[in-house]
Amino acid sequence: MINLTINNIPVTVEEGTTILAAARKLNIRIPTLCYHEDLCIAGNCRVCVVEQVGMRTLQASCAVPVRENMQILTNSMKVRQARKNIIELLLSEHNADCTKCYKNGNCELQDLANEYRTGNQMYLDLVPEKHFTIDQSSPSIMKDDSKCIRCQRCVRTCAELQGVNALAVANKGHEMKISSFYDKPMHEVVCTNCGQCINRCPTGALVERNYLDEVWNAIYDPSKHVAVQTAPAVRVALGEELGFDPGERVTGKMVAALRRLGFNSVLDTDFTADLTIMEEGTELLTRLKKALVDNDEKVAIPMTTSCSPGWIKFIEHTFPEYLPNVSTCKSPQQMFGALVKTYYAQRKNINPKDIVSVSIMPCTAKKYEAQRPEMRDSGYQDVDYVLTTRELAIMIKQAGIEFMKLEDEEYDRFMGDSTGAAVIFGATGGVMEAALRTAWEIVTGKEVPFENLNITPVRGMEGIKEASVTIAGTKPEWSFLEGVELKCAIAHGLANARELMQAVKDGKAVYHFIEVMACPGGCLGGGGQPIPTNPEIRQKRAEAIYAEDEGMPIRKSHENPEVAQIYQEFLGEPLGHKSHELLHTHYKARKRY
Amino acid sequence: MESNKLSRVDYIFRPESNRIDLIKKIMSKDKDDFILELIDSGLKGRGGAGFLTGLKWKLAKEAQGDKKYVICNADEGEPGTFKDREILDRVAGKVLTGMALCGYIVGANEGFIYLRAEYRFLAPKLQQMMDAMNQELKTAGLDFTLALRFGSGAYVCGEETALIESMEGKRGEPRNKPPFPVTDGYLGKPTVVNNVETFVNTVIIAEIGYQEYKKLGTDSSRGMKLFSISGDCAKEGIFELELGMSLADFVEEFGDGDTKAVQVGGASGFCVPRKKFKETIIGFEGIPTGGSMKIFNSSRSMYNVLHNYLDFFQEESCGQCTPCRVGCQQLLKGIMAVKRRERPATYLDELVKLAETMRYASKCGLGQSVGNAFVSIVENFREEIVY
Amino acid sequence: MSNTENFVKELADKHGRSRESLMPILQEIVEVKSYINDETMVNVARELDLSAAEVYGTASFYSFIETREMGEFIIRVCKTIVCDMKGKEALLRAIEDTLKIKVGETTPDKKFTLLTTNCLGWCHKGPAMLINNEVFTELTSGKAIEIIESYMHK
Repeated sequence: MINLTINNIPVTVEEGTTILAAARKLNIRIPTLCYHEDLCIAGNCRVCVVEQVGMRTLQASCAVPVRENMQILTNSMKVRQARKNIIELLLSEHNADCTKCYKNGNCELQDLANEYRTGNQMYLDLVPEKHFTIDQSSPSIMKDDSKCIRCQRCVRTCAELQGVNALAVANKGHEMKISSFYDKPMHEVVCTNCGQCINRCPTGALVERNYLDEVWNAIYDPSKHVAVQTAPAVRVALGEELGFDPGERVTGKMVAALRRLGFNSVLDTDFTADLTIMEEGTELLTRLKKALVDNDEKVAIPMTTSCSPGWIKFIEHTFPEYLPNVSTCKSPQQMFGALVKTYYAQRKNINPKDIVSVSIMPCTAKKYEAQRPEMRDSGYQDVDYVLTTRELAIMIKQAGIEFMKLEDEEYDRFMGDSTGAAVIFGATGGVMEAALRTAWEIVTGKEVPFENLNITPVRGMEGIKEASVTIAGTKPEWSFLEGVELKCAIAHGLANARELMQAVKDGKAVYHFIEVMACPGGCLGGGGQPIPTNPEIRQKRAEAIYAEDEGMPIRKSHENPEVAQIYQEFLGEPLGHKSHELLHTHYKARKRY
Repeated sequence: MESNKLSRVDYIFRPESNRIDLIKKIMSKDKDDFILELIDSGLKGRGGAGFLTGLKWKLAKEAQGDKKYVICNADEGEPGTFKDREILDRVAGKVLTGMALCGYIVGANEGFIYLRAEYRFLAPKLQQMMDAMNQELKTAGLDFTLALRFGSGAYVCGEETALIESMEGKRGEPRNKPPFPVTDGYLGKPTVVNNVETFVNTVIIAEIGYQEYKKLGTDSSRGMKLFSISGDCAKEGIFELELGMSLADFVEEFGDGDTKAVQVGGASGFCVPRKKFKETIIGFEGIPTGGSMKIFNSSRSMYNVLHNYLDFFQEESCGQCTPCRVGCQQLLKGIMAVKRRERPATYLDELVKLAETMRYASKCGLGQSVGNAFVSIVENFREEIVY
Repeated sequence: MSNTENFVKELADKHGRSRESLMPILQEIVEVKSYINDETMVNVARELDLSAAEVYGTASFYSFIETREMGEFIIRVCKTIVCDMKGKEALLRAIEDTLKIKVGETTPDKKFTLLTTNCLGWCHKGPAMLINNEVFTELTSGKAIEIIESYMHK
């Protein structure tokens, strides 16, 4: 243990603790910008500098470990002067058009400027002469270099958490900037649109491409029927934007708010999550049969999930040879989109051309996914607009809805039913758990052998999880699976996905089924979720997801009555002709920068 | 403080003695004894930062590591410095010998010269010498091989952790310290990074003995130093002088008779005006220098000098930390704005405060030393900046 | 395999495929081709199993690793203070007039690119310039033009 004083208060901390962490233990807040709990230490913004008595230079408290008998001052004259200068320097290279900025009110630089009362601009404005342009090429992410303060959080996110490396630090000196490969537009590079960079950008340099006006205009258009679907993870995070603490479930209030916003029907992506389980579960069993019974060498095992559009684009760029292993199922959002303009339109007797299909997602990659050419099987663009959790919160605020005071309401009765299995799609391991709950029962006729259906080995925040179950007590038609040890793996965050796939590629690991979610924690940590994010917040959202699951009357996808109904009335059977036409697709290889 | 008389000496370029004999002599001694002698000699790094060389070797020797490395910093980029080029051109053998000695003492088996791109023309000859040396060392029974690496045009790579990053194939961005290279250097292994001239000095100490060496220079600044002298001079070029002379004596010897100011230590050093020549000592007790001495006569505009330096720094900052990246731009744009009357002369006071912040808060020595030139020029030649 | 792929593969065979081989590889590409284009860089990234953007980030850090098209001969005139004092401006104007390009530009025949650079380490013999790796010092406008003309026929 190390003893030191901070602002003359003694504190004892473990060796290796940074000055910043030691100060937090004493409830002394040292401002930071480049520091982020999810990322490695950069020590480059210098906002967190403190004085160490006896040292000529100030120390970056995020980077310097404590030493015995250190005397630290966090608010001395020297520190205050330096910190104020540094904030002013950052402001001078930052396009401070705060009132017009999309991140106005949720900007760490703005907060610091406010705290230090920087007031009238002291230094010269460096922005105009740099002739920045905004990169709006991506349907998901907008990059505005004029607002960038070069903290490199995005670069570290893209490299460390996601293993994508679409963004890098380029050039040096006054020309140093955050850049893609040869500064190409974002839509031309390996960017997976996951939006994790947005979640960690302290300013408005990286924001989602918003479709607020488009959606409002659709709502205002009397000739349009605007149908909205909401993803599982939105309900456990939306509250954070609207006055609740992390981990609050606001499903009923969200549904009420969506009605008040003027959406004509309020539907639940959970419905197609359940449908995904039926299709994907059947697909897995079919692949296993081909491999184990028919000895078909062409069948691609392990099968991987396909719900996460960040993962899909990642595998297209990085492991294209594994595209045949990806489940052909579209994501729940896209299944929903295809059905809204077919099944729903028929049942409601609405011309599909008059339907505007909107989805509320914890995700920015879904914006890109909706615009893929593969996603027009209804004869129209299946999903017209994708809004993030954050954008929905903006709409609710714009409409003057007092969210906290809303009475809970329920989803529409049609394509609004869901199960606990669908809800847990929002957490890492959730698709695996939902699939196992259903597949096990199809094969054995019995419930999964886990207490209260909670398959705990697939839960949790470990980057790569493995689970295996030996199948026993099969029904006669599945007897080929008797005694088979089903091996599963789960990865969340694309860096973990890369590691997992590399192990598969190198033959170091053998699995039957792999779940990958592009974002840390799964969709609950998605790139469209409320900012800030950190391990603690994601943990609370996960707890909320599992609580929601436990609270549902039905917790297995195949028991969703609407799922049975749609197969009866419309689809026929899982993997049937109609399903293939509307619910399945294939992806293509892409270049590697 | 008493200054030494200006005295020219000749150790560095003196022809080499038999290097293998010298290495064998050191190999017959106790390693710790040699480290103590090196510490006792008072030799401080000749790159500019002035860390005690013997202590650096001691720390690297004591550091745990399955591999250790020796790196010769030949990324001589400080404006006005060109002595390392001359050393590598004329007595590169001494540098290689110094590296081998270091390798032997600290327990490293590999040594690299990191040569700046601008000096690539030296490479063929150097490579040849290194190949020969590798053979000789093998024969002498010392497991140490030398190899050449190149910079690619980045001043900041003269900072030792930036140099290591560059050698590792990355952007030359200085690291957070601690840890220091002596424990966590190249590829995370204990690494000694020394300047070209420093290695030559270790050889001289091994040759003449630390007691003889100690007789040169002053208490705080032991030994001799190569000076790269340029500008408005009667004599330009490279001169080997004992440390500790007064700037007045220096100007007397090298100036053109009309010297207005001397920039000691390059763009990252200090500008000394004529009125302070007498009181200024060149050495660690006064103004330490990697050897760059630029002499300006009364025809020179100090605004132009400062503008040139700041332009240099805004390009050569690695760009990662705020005080240096933005500070350099603000200092440059700031003096231009004052010159153009877009800001009042008092804005210079704000810029001096900013330069102080850069000194305290920048991540590495580059950003921390931009303020040296800025403050010393603005304080001593304020009217030239304003009018 | 394309020529570029082969070229990069040979370099990787020679220098190795670890991260610390990156600089030697980039440096040799520049030695041979004057600059690195995006296709070549993608190949370097693939050979070393690095991200292309990160290789770009590294390359673009260094002034002597050009990522935009350069001429066969890159003229780098020292612009740091002592060379500046000793007539670098006049030297640059003379070269510009001879080559009919401005600083930063490349001649239409792709033979020469004219750049300025920071201290070359020849202050006592300024003004100085580099043409590729070759150094020229104590230049006058006349001398510089003569040198460049000699390169025109190389």
